[in-house]
Amino acid sequence: MSSTNTDSVAGAANAQATTVELDSSEALKAPGIRLGLRILRTGPAVILIALIIIMSFLNEYFLTVRNLQNLLTQTTMIATLALGQLLVIIVRGVDVSVGSVLGLTVVLSGLMMDSGIENGPLHVVVFLSVGALFGLFNGFMIVKGGIPQPLIVTVATLGIGRGMALLLSGGTEHIGMAPLVQGAGNGSIAGIPVPAILVAFVTLVLAVLTLRTLWGRWIYAVGGNPDVAGWLGVPRDRVIMSCYMLSGVTAGIAGLIYAGRTDAASPLAGVGMELDAVTAVIIGGASLFGGRGHIVNALIGALIIGVIRNGLNLMSVSPFWEAIAIGTSILLALELDVLRRYFEEKLRARAARAMR
Amino acid sequence: MNSNVVLEVRNAVKSYGFVTALGGVDLTLHKGEILALLGDNGAGKTTLVRAISGVMQLDEGDIHLAGEKLVLSSAGDARRAGIETVFQNLAVLDNLDVSSNFYIGREKTWPSWMGPFGFLNKAREATGWVGAANNLGIKALNPGQEIGLMSGGQRQAVAVARAVAFASKVVILDEPTAALGVRESAQVLRLIKSLPERGVSVILISHNMDHVVQVADRAVVMRQGRIAGSAVPKKESIPELIGMIMGAT
Repeated sequence: MSSTNTDSVAGAANAQATTVELDSSEALKAPGIRLGLRILRTGPAVILIALIIIMSFLNEYFLTVRNLQNLLTQTTMIATLALGQLLVIIVRGVDVSVGSVLGLTVVLSGLMMDSGIENGPLHVVVFLSVGALFGLFNGFMIVKGGIPQPLIVTVATLGIGRGMALLLSGGTEHIGMAPLVQGAGNGSIAGIPVPAILVAFVTLVLAVLTLRTLWGRWIYAVGGNPDVAGWLGVPRDRVIMSCYMLSGVTAGIAGLIYAGRTDAASPLAGVGMELDAVTAVIIGGASLFGGRGHIVNALIGALIIGVIRNGLNLMSVSPFWEAIAIGTSILLALELDVLRRYFEEKLRARAARAMR
Repeated sequence: MNSNVVLEVRNAVKSYGFVTALGGVDLTLHKGEILALLGDNGAGKTTLVRAISGVMQLDEGDIHLAGEKLVLSSAGDARRAGIETVFQNLAVLDNLDVSSNFYIGREKTWPSWMGPFGFLNKAREATGWVGAANNLGIKALNPGQEIGLMSGGQRQAVAVARAVAFASKVVILDEPTAALGVRESAQVLRLIKSLPERGVSVILISHNMDHVVQVADRAVVMRQGRIAGSAVPKKESIPELIGMIMGAT
């Protein structure tokens, strides 16, 4: 229907006398600013490569297969959480409950083992669906519950989730998980750790969803301007809720990896990981102002954190320095976002001036 | 009812707390007519236009489109009925590119049964935008260019083109030339003038009397939530119109 509408413009509007020059090519010839913007937008990948080169010079073990395998597996949980976190941050939110959601799913899997349920696929279903439900609850409270402060809502559910994990487990750890769960965290296929394959798979799915589908356009539209998006026909509330739900799903997947890697169900699983996830997304160049961020860059952000940690570990630098290094990189990433906005503003001003 | 009437608003009432934004407004828009809606800030123009475009609901009164009563609970309802609106500051999404902005809210996905999780066809959207822009006689901006990096005029051109290309009955433009330079304004005014040939009627809110005189068939003046009068906009009638806007007559 819409296409016929567009086509019918052809016959009726014969106002083609002179076409007013509205092209931006002249106006946008500002090579310095454009280059700066391009660097800022490909930034995270450049930083990661630079870090890898630096670390491999500083330590001979860094580039060994064994260390890289180690690094990859260590990073998988943060990476998984970061992928979901990115979606929420694109729609101008944040989800700091994911560490607790991870813990809760792990404890539930442990309880199933206690009751003798060792069916692997069933465990996986529990990890994913509990994560999804918890995320959906977050989204529901923020959108329908009329509490438009995602940080406060998810800080509250962070507490609730952890409390549930502690209550259900009685504060004790269950040892020994289902074989399929173990495999998901510890196995490897052709030398590649299974959790790394899981992360690659989740990245691929989310990259396709965000970059190629209508839902993907919707999340960027809502993040760009929720009111305009709503008025232009984007189902804003459902889009926001879907992002929180998927953030919960990624927390469940991270829980699966955690339970497998430790082969245990600790009620303290995932404590503090929410901060790593948010950090990875910010270092990966997403904007806390919403509407900007790339799935692959969130993954790169997680890898940057992993490389910093691993490298400093190898050089036996005190972990206190590690915290300072990562904190500094957050500030740096935020400043770069401010710089990017400044460059964009300049380009816009130029385009406007060229029209007058 | 006159079959020549496309849109009719009867006794529109809207209050915000103790403030009466609309105190019983009647408005008629004829087929192929360009109607200028004039008035000072706070006269109720934007409130009236918001009601017609489904963004806001009236306390009392009703809206009829082509003889049928409209129940508008969202902007989408109005759009489906054939009413397109360009809002002053709420026209485009800065972080999306030109063709995405053109098609937003009307995307087609493949395979269609996957709904929003189906794939977009960027190439077809780009061609669609270029075709529509050419048909409307405006320069087709690069479809892949992010709209936030463009000037106010270029952004407005995309918003106006979207409304014009998809409207089947009524286009509402709230200050479409406010952010534009002289050449860009001329462009937009020409677009507006071409609409009646398509059988589309226009409601134009503008503070620029010259623009109103250039394109409008009739001007209705609002003051303090009511209709203060109307006139055929000509060079000579500008003082009379301004008098009505200010409340001097």
